[in-house]
Amino acid sequence: MRKVWDIPGGVHPPENKAQSVTRPIASAGIPDVLIYPLSQHIGAAAVPLVEKGDLVLKGQMIAEAMGFVSAPVHAATSGRVTAIEERVIAHPSGMHAPCIVIEPDGENRWIEHSGLEDYTSATPAELLSIIHDAGVAGMGGAGFPSAVKLSTRPDTPIHTLIINGTECEPYITSDDMLMRERADEIVRGTEIIAHILGVSSIIIGVEDNKPEGIASLRSAAEHSAGIEVISFPTKYPSGGEKQLIQILTGQEVPSGGLPSALGIVCQNLGTTVAVHHAVDRGEPLISRIITVTGDSCREPANYEVLLGTPASHLLELSGQQPELCERLIMGGPMMGFALESAEVPVVKTTNCLLAPTRAELPPAAPQQACIRCGICAEACPASLLPQQLFWYATAKEYEKLEAHNLFDCIECGACSFVCPSNIPLVQYYRASKADIRRHHLDHERSERSRARFESRQQRIEQEEAEKQARRQARREAAQARAKEAGTKQPSRSDAAPDAADVIRAAIERSQAKKQAAAAQSQAQADMGIEPDSAQDAIDRAMAKRAAAAAAPKLSPVEQLQNNLASVQSRISKTGEKLEQARTTGEDTVSILESSVAKLEAKRDQILAEIEELGDS
Amino acid sequence: MLLSTPTSPHAHTPLDTSGLMRLVILATLPGVAALTWFFGWGTIVNIAFASLIALACEAFALYLRGRRVMFYLRDCSALVTAILLGIALPPGSPWWIIAVGIVFAILIAKQLYGGMGYNPFNPAMAGYVVLLISFPLEMTRWLSPLGTFEGSVPGLMEALQLCFGGGFDAHTMATTLDVFKQGAGLMVADVWQQNPQFGRWGGLGWEWVNIGFLAGGCYLLHRGVFTWHAPMSMLIALTAMAAVFYDGGSSASGGSPLMHLLSGATMLGAFFIITDPVSSAVSTRGRLIYGALAGVLVYVIRRWGNYPDAVAFAVLIVNFAAPFIDHYTMPRTYGHNRGGSD
Ligand code: SF4
Ligand code: SF4
Repeated sequence: MRKVWDIPGGVHPPENKAQSVTRPIASAGIPDVLIYPLSQHIGAAAVPLVEKGDLVLKGQMIAEAMGFVSAPVHAATSGRVTAIEERVIAHPSGMHAPCIVIEPDGENRWIEHSGLEDYTSATPAELLSIIHDAGVAGMGGAGFPSAVKLSTRPDTPIHTLIINGTECEPYITSDDMLMRERADEIVRGTEIIAHILGVSSIIIGVEDNKPEGIASLRSAAEHSAGIEVISFPTKYPSGGEKQLIQILTGQEVPSGGLPSALGIVCQNLGTTVAVHHAVDRGEPLISRIITVTGDSCREPANYEVLLGTPASHLLELSGQQPELCERLIMGGPMMGFALESAEVPVVKTTNCLLAPTRAELPPAAPQQACIRCGICAEACPASLLPQQLFWYATAKEYEKLEAHNLFDCIECGACSFVCPSNIPLVQYYRASKADIRRHHLDHERSERSRARFESRQQRIEQEEAEKQARRQARREAAQARAKEAGTKQPSRSDAAPDAADVIRAAIERSQAKKQAAAAQSQAQADMGIEPDSAQDAIDRAMAKRAAAAAAPKLSPVEQLQNNLASVQSRISKTGEKLEQARTTGEDTVSILESSVAKLEAKRDQILAEIEELGDS
Repeated sequence: MLLSTPTSPHAHTPLDTSGLMRLVILATLPGVAALTWFFGWGTIVNIAFASLIALACEAFALYLRGRRVMFYLRDCSALVTAILLGIALPPGSPWWIIAVGIVFAILIAKQLYGGMGYNPFNPAMAGYVVLLISFPLEMTRWLSPLGTFEGSVPGLMEALQLCFGGGFDAHTMATTLDVFKQGAGLMVADVWQQNPQFGRWGGLGWEWVNIGFLAGGCYLLHRGVFTWHAPMSMLIALTAMAAVFYDGGSSASGGSPLMHLLSGATMLGAFFIITDPVSSAVSTRGRLIYGALAGVLVYVIRRWGNYPDAVAFAVLIVNFAAPFIDHYTMPRTYGHNRGGSD
């Protein structure tokens, strides 16, 4: 039996899971309308492939992925595209975004599709492209495109795959029901992912409050070599990726890094099933299991739901009484977000719809003063000092916030949950993080333009100096000639070396300057700043485009994505240059290599940040 | 219909700050009962009068600062300060002593620093120390505990008269810790025999008062109002100090560990004063150090200082040290190296 570790902090909110596990998973059927946001929570928005009026088939790709962190969107049933327009989407800020709206025709006709006969004969790259094209994305938390998470770099070998079946949020039972009813599919998907990663050690981590699920998973995994099903004590938030890794391995993901730094890849339980469907059946991700629960629902249950189904359809199915419910939560009570309206469609990351009564989850009591009781610090799984963070957040002391590791906060809400003064701590942290990110972006931008300005300044100075030197040399030569002519004393041959010296000195000076300039531009290349003015222009143009597109304020995720895009393009540009340099044998190879490495590190960091943001 | 959209988390524990404060007040009951039994109604009168003034001061300060008076009064923190100071003051203290103490505690030590949550010093102890320095005579005149003289302890009317009438003809006598301080040279057994105010383990009556506060403290621990770290560490440090310096015989040795645990304000300090979250260290490790420091200081001041009881001074000193303790006991954040700077 594998040893499990404890995590610091954590809380035990009432579980409220029993209500929704009494019935088997039921199909939610085909609703009147399906709505597909082009941006499914994380990653660059997809681009529509259909137009209003088009007929689409079940499983047809209706929007294609754009960019690195992006996933395509598929129709969940056959029907007609009735609109491509702005709709309210599932987003914490209750925003509107472009959506493809489909009216089902009820025939549920599949597009032609087929799975692989034998996935073991496919290469990881082929499998990854199948997974990518199937639109598989993390089905808990951030909704990070799975193909991205599974494509590993040769320099960071992966040895362990962790499947996250923790489901530590109260109320939610979708993974639990999946384990109870479809353990075979989970195991199959897990095997495929393990094959892609080439790992030998596979752990499925489950909290010990799901004994039925664990038993069913264990028996399904019996004949599968290398899969261990590990259960550990129930405590919120053991399902956080970083926490789960700590529980199962005793290791900590380095701050600002990804689990791959430890040789670990984490996948959500639901994702394994989606991978299995994509690879073995050729089916894209068009449905998922969702828990519909809360005291205002007469029959809380789990449903197999077509993505794009409006929340209202599910609530109706479960006999929800809207008059009893004044807030609707997508996700769980700890990290879920409240919806503005029940017309919001479910997306790949939706694991739960919670429709509580007022008595069940009463509105927050008014905030009182922080009494520095430290209860929050005891609850924090990241061992932060939430009360100090709160203090600095209200004072807007950003440096202190960073020194107190604000960015290691996983926004699990354990601190807010226990705070006796009802301080919405997480809300303060989110706001401060966004402020600080914006601050950094601005700073970075101004740094870059400062570097540009300085190198230009230097060029001008250098030219000026050379001119000066030439002028000086001419003047001295003329003087020498005049002297010679006037006194006739010194011979011509004396004057000539004089002038030559001056010129030589001037040339040496200017060469030294040139060298200094070269050294600096190298240093800039090392720092990841492109001295290339064309690149600057591209950056500038991109920044401008981003700024123009961002007339309504960019969310931090979007900003990060812009950053990511620019880093990505710089990586490929620098990579090309590196190739060139290699073929021509230039001596810039090592410099370019190091800047590629740095850019890649930066990309990883941005990815980690995006993922973290999405987790929240 | 537009639904309400508060941010996560949507769930919350039932305990809130006012609730915590009310629990603290409730938990003082056994100790207050013991005080009343042995010293008469003086403590109750102290508490009642102190509470009145405290609420008035707090309301006045909140009003001046433009805060919502009723909302902040309801957090009960002023009441807690008043009750703790009322307990700490000698029963039957004159009204003006109480008034001066409370005005200082609430207006200066608390509100002037920014109110609830911002005060670096425990308000009740700050008020107490100011009184002790300004009016040493009144502050060290404790009534004799029941059983050391003929007759009964002051009833309600007598206590009120002591407080507002000014006459002070009740039985008073030095406290156990006082006697110990002045009785150098005698053997402990002699001190015990010569002075009727000694009980079985500590001071007569005091042992029960301390046991009362210990019981209240255990209740608060059980309810999760605070963690065990600071109180336990203080009691252990005090015990250890007493054990090290106790030679079992002469009174110059400073008294047995048991006497120190059950005398004076030990238990009140351990469970009701240093657990005051606002002015203490914040992290778990910090609270261990904080409590231990308080325990050591209590012993040192009792033994070598000029005042018989030391809890108030010790508390103010550790309050002062709390920010430094916090600075050096920051927990290691997840994903950061043990070096800390990563
Ligand atoms: S739990 Fe709330 S009141 Fe207590 S220290 Fe933390 S933020 Fe302050
Ligand atoms: S939200 Fe952040 S600070 Fe609060 S408990 Fe979770 S990780 Fe700690």
